Amino acid sequence: MSADAVSSDLPIELSHVDIDTGRVKILRQISLSIEAGAPTVLIGPNGSGKTTLLRAAMGLIAPSSGRVTWGGHAQSPPLRRAIVFQRPVMLRRSAFGNLHYALASAETPRNARRRRANELLSLVDLDGLGDRPARRLSGGEQQRLAIARALAREPRVLFLDEPTASLDPAATKAIEELVRSVSASGVKVVMATHDLGEARRLAGDIVLLHRGTIVERAAVDRFFNAPATKEAQAFLAGELLL
Amino acid sequence: MNRMLHTFRVCAVALLVAVTIGAVSNAAAADRSIVVASTTSTQDSGFFDYILPIVKERTGITVKVVAQGTGQALDTGRRGDADVVFVHAKAAELQFLAEGGSLKRYPVMYNDFVLIGPRADPAGVRGSKDILRAFASIKEERVPFISRGDRSGTHMAELALWKDGGIDIELAKGPWYKSIGQGMGAALNVASASAAYVLSDRATWVHFKNKGDLEILVEGDKRLFNQYGIMLVNPEKHPTVKKVLGQAFIDYLISPVGQRDIASYKLEGQQLFYPDANDPNA
Amino acid sequence: MPDNASALHLLVTADPVLFSIVRLSLAVSLTAAVIASFIGMPLGALVALTRFRGREFVVVVMNALMGLPPVIVGLVVYLSLSRSGPLGSWGLLFTPSAMVIAQTILVTPIIAALTRQTIEDLWLEYRDEFSAMHIGAFKRISTLLWDGRFSLVTALLAGFGRAAAEVGSIIIVGGNIEGFTRTMTTAIALETSKGDLSLAMGLGVILIGIVVLVSALAWGIRRAGERFAG
Repeated sequence: MSADAVSSDLPIELSHVDIDTGRVKILRQISLSIEAGAPTVLIGPNGSGKTTLLRAAMGLIAPSSGRVTWGGHAQSPPLRRAIVFQRPVMLRRSAFGNLHYALASAETPRNARRRRANELLSLVDLDGLGDRPARRLSGGEQQRLAIARALAREPRVLFLDEPTASLDPAATKAIEELVRSVSASGVKVVMATHDLGEARRLAGDIVLLHRGTIVERAAVDRFFNAPATKEAQAFLAGELLL
Repeated sequence: MNRMLHTFRVCAVALLVAVTIGAVSNAAAADRSIVVASTTSTQDSGFFDYILPIVKERTGITVKVVAQGTGQALDTGRRGDADVVFVHAKAAELQFLAEGGSLKRYPVMYNDFVLIGPRADPAGVRGSKDILRAFASIKEERVPFISRGDRSGTHMAELALWKDGGIDIELAKGPWYKSIGQGMGAALNVASASAAYVLSDRATWVHFKNKGDLEILVEGDKRLFNQYGIMLVNPEKHPTVKKVLGQAFIDYLISPVGQRDIASYKLEGQQLFYPDANDPNA
Repeated sequence: MPDNASALHLLVTADPVLFSIVRLSLAVSLTAAVIASFIGMPLGALVALTRFRGREFVVVVMNALMGLPPVIVGLVVYLSLSRSGPLGSWGLLFTPSAMVIAQTILVTPIIAALTRQTIEDLWLEYRDEFSAMHIGAFKRISTLLWDGRFSLVTALLAGFGRAAAEVGSIIIVGGNIEGFTRTMTTAIALETSKGDLSLAMGLGVILIGIVVLVSALAWGIRRAGERFAG
C-alpha cells in the first residue's frame, strides 16, 4: 500500500451518477463530494436510496452512468475504506476469530494481530467477549463487533448503514459514542440513519435523499434550523415524503 | 488455519491407511488364489464352507468362490473373470466346451434333486417314485409351484422334467407357476411362505433353516440325478487365467483323495455329494 | 461363520469372521465416502459459486444422481472391470477395490449436492462481507469450506451411511466372496437366501446399530458446531 493510496481516497466525488437495476432507477443524477472532516449523514425515507449511495461511494456498485472517483482515481480498490452493512453478518467463529479474519485480510503482520484484536475489542467495549461465538452476541454487540471488524482495516473512510436501526437506547448510545470517537481519531464517517435526533447529534453535514436524488445538502445546524427546500421542511416537520 | 491443516492431515492418513488395508489384503490373496465361478446351490448347501479349507490345506490354494446361477457362472467364465467354472448343467457345459470356453470338462460328483412340497400335499404326490407323473399332477391340480427361473442348473433340470413329461410349460403355465429368478435358498423361502412345491437339490434342502411346513415328497427317481462338472477356463482365450493353479484345483477334486473328501461331507448324518470322477458317462 | 450361531453370540465371543466382515464393511464404505468427498466437495463448491450457462440443468442433474440405483451402478462397473471389458487389465473385479469404486460412484453425487447446498447458502450470507473486506476468490472458497465444515462433515457421514447400507452394487462387483468381499449387507443377503433368517436378522441389527451410531455422530457434530461457532 503506497502512501499515495493512503491519502488518495478522499475526496470521494460522485458526478451525475445513475444507478438502475433493470427497470428501476434507484439513484438519479447524484452529484456529491465527500470531504475529510466531521461525519456526513444521509437521511431520507425508506427507499430513497441511502444504502445504494453508500455502496456506490464505497465502490461496491458500478454506476450505470456517471462516475465515482476516490481522490481523483476512478479505479480504487477499497483498501482503506470499510463498510458496515445494516445487518452485518458474523462469520461462524468467535469474536476474536472475526477480528483475526479481518486483520488477515487487511494484511496486518501476523505477530501484530493478537495485540490489534485486543485493542479493537477494547475500542468497541467488548472486552471479555473475545472467545464467545460471534453469532451468539446480542444485536448491539454484533453491531459493535462489525464496526471493530471494519476498523481492523485502518480505514480512512468508514461507511455505516443505519447502525442503530434495531437497537435499544442503551445500545444506540454506545454506538453513537463509538462513532464519535472514531470520527475524532481522524476517520471520515459517512453514515445513513432514519433517526433525525441521531443525525443531529452526530453530523457535520446532512444530505437529504428523496426518491434517488439529493434534495438538500447543508451543514447540520443550518439544515435543522433553516431548511431551504420544501421537502426538507416537510421531512423535518415529520410529514411523509411521497 | 493450523487446525484445518491438522484435520486435513488426519484425513489423508486415514485414507491412506484404508486404501493400504485394501491393497494389502488384495496383494496377499493374489499370490496363490483362484476365482471359481460356481452355483448358488453349491454354496447354499455348505459344500464350499466344508471343502475350501481342506483344499487350502492340501494344495495351498486359496479358492475364491463367486456364487452365481449356472448361466451367470458360465458367462463369467466366458468373460474371463473366473479361472474355473464349477456347475451342474451338462448340456450348458457341453455348449460352453463347444464354444471354446474351455478345453476339457471333468465330471466331479453328483447329488440329487428332491421335490419339496407342503405337508398337506394338495397334488397328492407323496411317496411317488415317478417324478414326471408328480409334475403332471402339480400341473393338473394347478397347485403353487416355484421355479428358479434363473438359467441355473436346477432351473434347467426342472425345465427338462416338464419337457420329458410331455408338458410345454411355456403354454401350460398359469398363475400357479411362479418364476422368481433367484437362488435355491430364496426359492425355498418363497415356497415355505406360500405353501408351494419346489424342486431343490438335496444338499441345499438339508442345509436350509426355514423349512416351515415343507417336506420331501418325491425322491429317488433316476431322473432327479444332478451331475456336477468342472472346467478350466480356456487360457488361450483369456491369457490372464491362472491355468496352473486352476488345473491343480481340478486335479485335486478328481483325485482319489479329493473324491474321498467330497464323500465325507455329511450334514445331519447324511452324505450329500457322491463322487463320480471316474464315471465315463457322467 | 458357524451354523446356528446367533449374531449376538458371535458378537460376544468376538468371532473373527464376524469382525472381519464388519471391518471390511467399514473400510469399503469409509474409503468410498472419503474419496467421494475429495471429488464431490470441490465439485459442489464450484457449482455453488460460479455462474455459467446451463447451471440450473447441472444442479438438477446433480440432485437426480443422488437417486442412482445401486444395481445399475454395479452392472456398469462390473462390465467395465470385467476382463472382457475396457478396464479389464486392472484386474479389479471381485476385489474390495471394485466395491470401493462402485460405492464412490454412488456416493459422490450425494456429497456434491449437499456441498453445493451448504456452500450456496453460506455464500449468499457471506457475500456482502466478502465484498466489503475485499476478499479474493481463493480466500472466499476456503473461508466458505472452513466455516461450513460442520455441514460438510455431516454430508460426508450421509455419504458413508448410504454406502454402508447398500448391497445392490457391491454384491455384483464384489462377488460376495467369503473372507474377501463379504460385507455386512452381502452377508445378510446370503444368510437370508440360505434360510438362516435369525442370523440374517442379527447381522441386520448390528448393521443398524452402526448406522445409528453414525447418525448420532453426525447429530453430535452439528450440535458441537452450533455451540462452538454459533
